[in-house]
Amino acid sequence: MIAYIVRRILYAIPVLLGVNLITFLLFFVVNSPDDVARMHLGAKRVTAESIEKWKAEHGYDLPLLYNSDKQGISSVTQTIFFDKSVRLFVFDFGSSDAGRNIGADIGQRMWPSLAIALPQFLIGLLVYVSFAMLLVFFRATYLDVSGVVLCVVLMSISALFYIIGGQYLFSKQMHLFPISGYEPGIQAWRFVVLPVVIGLISGLGASGRIYRTFFLEEIGKDYVRTARSKGVPEVTLLFRHVLRNAMIPILTGVVVVIPTLFMGSLIMESFFGIPGLGSYTIDAIHNQDFAIVRSMVFLGSALYILGLLLTDISYTLVDPRIRLS
Amino acid sequence: MIKPLLLGTDALVFLLVALVVLFAVYARKREHLAAPWRDVVRSRIAVASLVVLAAYTLVGLMDSVHFRKALPMQAGQQEVQYGGDVLSVLDILLGPVRTQVETTYSAPFATHLYAKEYMLDEQGKEVRGYPRLKYGGAQLSDPEVDKWPDIRRRVLLSVLETLGVMLLIYVLFGALLARRWRKPVPVALRDIARGRCAVPWRTALGTLGAVVLLIALIANMSAAWHMLGTDKVGQDVLYQSIKSIRTGLVIGTLTTLIMLPFAVLLGMMAGYFRGWVDDVIQYLYTTLNSIPGVLLIAAAVLMMQVYMANHPEMFETMAERADMRLLFLCMILGITSWTGLCRLLRGETLKLRELDYVQAGSAFGVSGFRIMMRHLLPNLMHLVMITVVLDFSGLVLAEAVLSYVGVGVDPTTMSWGNMINRARLEMAREPIVWWSLLSAFVFMFTLVLSANLFSDVVRDAFDPRLRTER
Repeated sequence: MIAYIVRRILYAIPVLLGVNLITFLLFFVVNSPDDVARMHLGAKRVTAESIEKWKAEHGYDLPLLYNSDKQGISSVTQTIFFDKSVRLFVFDFGSSDAGRNIGADIGQRMWPSLAIALPQFLIGLLVYVSFAMLLVFFRATYLDVSGVVLCVVLMSISALFYIIGGQYLFSKQMHLFPISGYEPGIQAWRFVVLPVVIGLISGLGASGRIYRTFFLEEIGKDYVRTARSKGVPEVTLLFRHVLRNAMIPILTGVVVVIPTLFMGSLIMESFFGIPGLGSYTIDAIHNQDFAIVRSMVFLGSALYILGLLLTDISYTLVDPRIRLS
Repeated sequence: MIKPLLLGTDALVFLLVALVVLFAVYARKREHLAAPWRDVVRSRIAVASLVVLAAYTLVGLMDSVHFRKALPMQAGQQEVQYGGDVLSVLDILLGPVRTQVETTYSAPFATHLYAKEYMLDEQGKEVRGYPRLKYGGAQLSDPEVDKWPDIRRRVLLSVLETLGVMLLIYVLFGALLARRWRKPVPVALRDIARGRCAVPWRTALGTLGAVVLLIALIANMSAAWHMLGTDKVGQDVLYQSIKSIRTGLVIGTLTTLIMLPFAVLLGMMAGYFRGWVDDVIQYLYTTLNSIPGVLLIAAAVLMMQVYMANHPEMFETMAERADMRLLFLCMILGITSWTGLCRLLRGETLKLRELDYVQAGSAFGVSGFRIMMRHLLPNLMHLVMITVVLDFSGLVLAEAVLSYVGVGVDPTTMSWGNMINRARLEMAREPIVWWSLLSAFVFMFTLVLSANLFSDVVRDAFDPRLRTER
């Protein structure tokens, strides 16, 4: 198992290198640093000196891949690729185009993101599994059919409507929770409840339906019929046999997102004014701060790869038959 | 004088239509493709949603025929000059809905503006009040009294027109089916009305009736009323909602069209050749997949914005620029979404390549490419079709989110995402402006719901193993 994990981590390196290369191509080759500088300075009357000055201030005044002015190792290190891309591998994000330290910002902003994402993830898993179980327990009845119809209807509504509608109903009309904002510490719960509830509702359709399919897949199998014919009660059957065996497909979709919970949800955070990593990214997009977007792309990819690894490990915990090799 | 204009997305839309027609002709003769589709059209849900989707598609197609109008000739002018705004056939059909622009917000079926303004009263004194609209209910002398009778009259007229049209369609259709079924016309009509036919024509006609009623309502109301109110700059919200249909459809379909060749070819190659080809392709999609989708799209769109800002000479009109951005968005979405299908096809090809007929083919010395095209592709077609249909609704929803984040379609392009984005500020206004959000919601929900329902039936028909109802 250790050997497997080590190999997976080694495989992650070329993947991250590829991610790095893609972002590098996107940010520096499609548009040269000159173009970016011109855009930041505004289109009107940009002189060559002001472009040079901007580039020097933000560290974009180096050659892209190879610095012919320098000798030896520094001909490779004194380049934009090395300075802006390779340093990401040790999670050294450098400073944003506005001059702030990205690493410190991320460390500070991940907590509000987690405060929203973690409860939403845990409660969501519980609610979705119970909901799907309920439908499966009453399968092929009107309750089941109406449950599936409800799921399809919920799926067909854009997440934006849930947020706007929820904010309007709960905050503006009923004054239950603040519309947006955040406060660190114990007072945070007032700001957390509404996003979590809305997140749960907007995910119910898709997750409830897919989990129901997973359970139905298991319930049609022989071992379930055997257990039922031996007189195992339906509820015991569902929770002890069906749920356990349906864990594999559920885990496939679930564990992958655990590490990315740090990243927060882009729209949720920006709607509710939560100072997490999601709104950090959105602000960066709006302000066209490429350094932040670049860092978040890299961070997101690294976390995703970690999630894939965790998924594989979780399989062995749920199903002892699976051995990683 | 008009000058036709073929935008990038228009060309691809028509290419897509041609491909769909070609595929339909191809599938007609192939039992393994035709049989599931016959199952699909036997389902009432599928037929109803198909009619709705067809109505949307028709609007989208009419909105894809663009042209520029000639400007009036100046004295001494030799060549005809063309206006900067690009119109479509749909714009002409919508006529008053497009041109009747108020000054600012007005509620649905309102006769007065939604905001107070300074205006002159009868004595010529300046007072603050709600001025009458320029077009909404302008035909009425006393809106307090005449408003509802006028609306009622128009609704009644629309219902009568719909009944007439539907009766005509019903009889014509019955006559057509009667010939095919070799039955007398009255018998065929009765069979349709009682639902005694394989394809649920009654459901189809019922849904069509609803669509026709909607068209009749728009036609009768739009000359005199703003059915869904107007937005901040006084433009009819109904017009925006209808124009947004094309944007939604283009994103939902062209994205798939763009990514399909890559996904199919690479997936088959990885599965068939294995070895280093497989490694390279797997590496490629793992890498792309591991970048969070929204962020990759955001990064790519940001870069494109910079590129377009630095090359303004590439675009003659605003519409072409916005269209380029739409097309580019489709490409980016395609790049982020082909990996799923590619992986699926690779797995399936790995299984298929071990089968006897493929082995026999390679034993006879048939080239790899030929085997993929002749023997593998037809057996992967059902997976491709399921994915295409399933992806559609997700892409339409994604457009709204991306436009909200600011990396979606051009702000000047009419889209539901842009409408929702603006509605967010309107909801914070006092008193709130709710009609923009509501109409975007209704139009989008109808499209996505019917696409979801349709895709469920398609999936069940093509892959009975995944059937959700047991």
